[in-house]
Amino acid sequence: MVTTNRMEVKNLNFYYGQNLALKDINMGIESNKVTAVIGPSGCGKSTFIRILNRMNDIIIGSRVEGAILLDGQDIYAPEVDVVEIRRKIGMVFQKSNPFPKSIFDNIAYGLRINGINNKGEIIDRVETSLKNSALWEEVQDRLDANASELSGGQQQRLCIARALAIEPEVILFDEPCSALDPISTAKIEELINELKEKYTIAIVTHNMQQAARISDYTGFFLLGELIEFDKTEKIFTNPAKKQTEDYITGRFG
Amino acid sequence: MDNRKWREIKQQMGFLALRTSALIIFIILGILLYFLFVRGIKVINWGFLTKMPENGMTSGGIFPAILGTFYLTMGAILFALPLGIMAAIYMTEYAVQGKVIRLIRIGISNLASVPSIVFGLFGLALFVNYCKFGVSILSGSLTLGIMILPVIIRASEEALLLVPNGFREASLALGATKWQTIYKIVLPNAIGGIITGAILGVGRVAGETAPILFTAATFYTMKLPNSVFSEVMALPYHIYALMTEGSHPKEQKAIAYGASLVLIVLVLGINMIAIVIRNYYRRKKKW
Repeated sequence: MVTTNRMEVKNLNFYYGQNLALKDINMGIESNKVTAVIGPSGCGKSTFIRILNRMNDIIIGSRVEGAILLDGQDIYAPEVDVVEIRRKIGMVFQKSNPFPKSIFDNIAYGLRINGINNKGEIIDRVETSLKNSALWEEVQDRLDANASELSGGQQQRLCIARALAIEPEVILFDEPCSALDPISTAKIEELINELKEKYTIAIVTHNMQQAARISDYTGFFLLGELIEFDKTEKIFTNPAKKQTEDYITGRFG
Repeated sequence: MDNRKWREIKQQMGFLALRTSALIIFIILGILLYFLFVRGIKVINWGFLTKMPENGMTSGGIFPAILGTFYLTMGAILFALPLGIMAAIYMTEYAVQGKVIRLIRIGISNLASVPSIVFGLFGLALFVNYCKFGVSILSGSLTLGIMILPVIIRASEEALLLVPNGFREASLALGATKWQTIYKIVLPNAIGGIITGAILGVGRVAGETAPILFTAATFYTMKLPNSVFSEVMALPYHIYALMTEGSHPKEQKAIAYGASLVLIVLVLGINMIAIVIRNYYRRKKKW
């Protein structure tokens, strides 16, 4: 079978100290598709997505077993440079976290630390990524304004622009709309739908409708286990497991 | 109804107690400043601030003492600020938060409560005698620097911890190294708090007598310091010396009050600068 999986998770176990937080997870994240991860609070979905770009390395006493492949290469292999991995796999966080800098500098920061110092190129790429994150129209005449002056939804799109600017291969979204109003949420969902043409996307959400609306594949997590993983359509219309059905029909969670 | 009235009386009494406490503190500070001002202002003029002492310290100015205090304070900051900031960065950003770090933190807290005369003796033993720096600006600055290290480390740590973790995560997720994240994101956002802490440290150091007693200060010198190995006059010690030594208590006392006024204005001025800087960064802070 030919797979077009950009990322692959193989027999993943994740420990916090002695505590097994994720048990034997296997799933693929297909290129140019949106893969959603759903599940009730505390099921390990955020932990899972943060493992995909090694953000959990920061946590003391945590341990990863198994393999996470990006284009066939294990990102946890000892010879792999974690900085390079995070450059290739971008992340947008639950709470929008623009730096306390200007809109322009928020995006330019990622470019500069990755060695792009040509002013013309920075200006071009700031503009492109703001256009790609559907923020350009709203901010083009105030790029020098502090990012904190933007609304919550705009801040989150700025964070997306910031992630896009360094041209990652995969973008991870960790509940990106959980603090946003419905209109801002709709804009971000629309944006994610456009972004999958160029990028591979994984998104954690506790909003089932959101997963149904924007994703191609959905994984359902419960108590640290991946209960079911399939095409989104299948998960929401004809789930194979009883627990999945209970969750999506709102019987618990 | 009665119950309600009683509650209100209790509330009024509480407020009164709080208001009185605040007022008492204000009055004490006011009396102190007034007392110093009235006694000190008589001798203060341009010559007092810019001239050398004359006639066996019974007239003339206190310029060398002002200059000495300036050198000692600057020296202490030059030594303690970089060291303190780097230690704080290590402890908050890099070190694994465990027993060792906790022990170091306890050590630093205890360092802050060591009496200043003990720092003076320590400076005498280590810098003056063992390192052979002699009684000098260098020895005094290092001693004062060690004394304000805890203040600077704690202020820096607090400022660093106030920087939201989201900034660090965002930076790392963009492919920044830990050092880039600290240098370009964390530090610029913490620098206001760090500088404020450092300046408050300066205010404290400028007025210390005991640590420089054996390490830097001299009662009287004819010439201004010409290297870091010169011994210097310093305001706090000058005041002490004027009040305890010499043969013309009356004239000396007047000069001592003048020097005290200069010193307190200096320290209040330094604190004022700290407040201005803090307010500046607070306004700039956008999170």
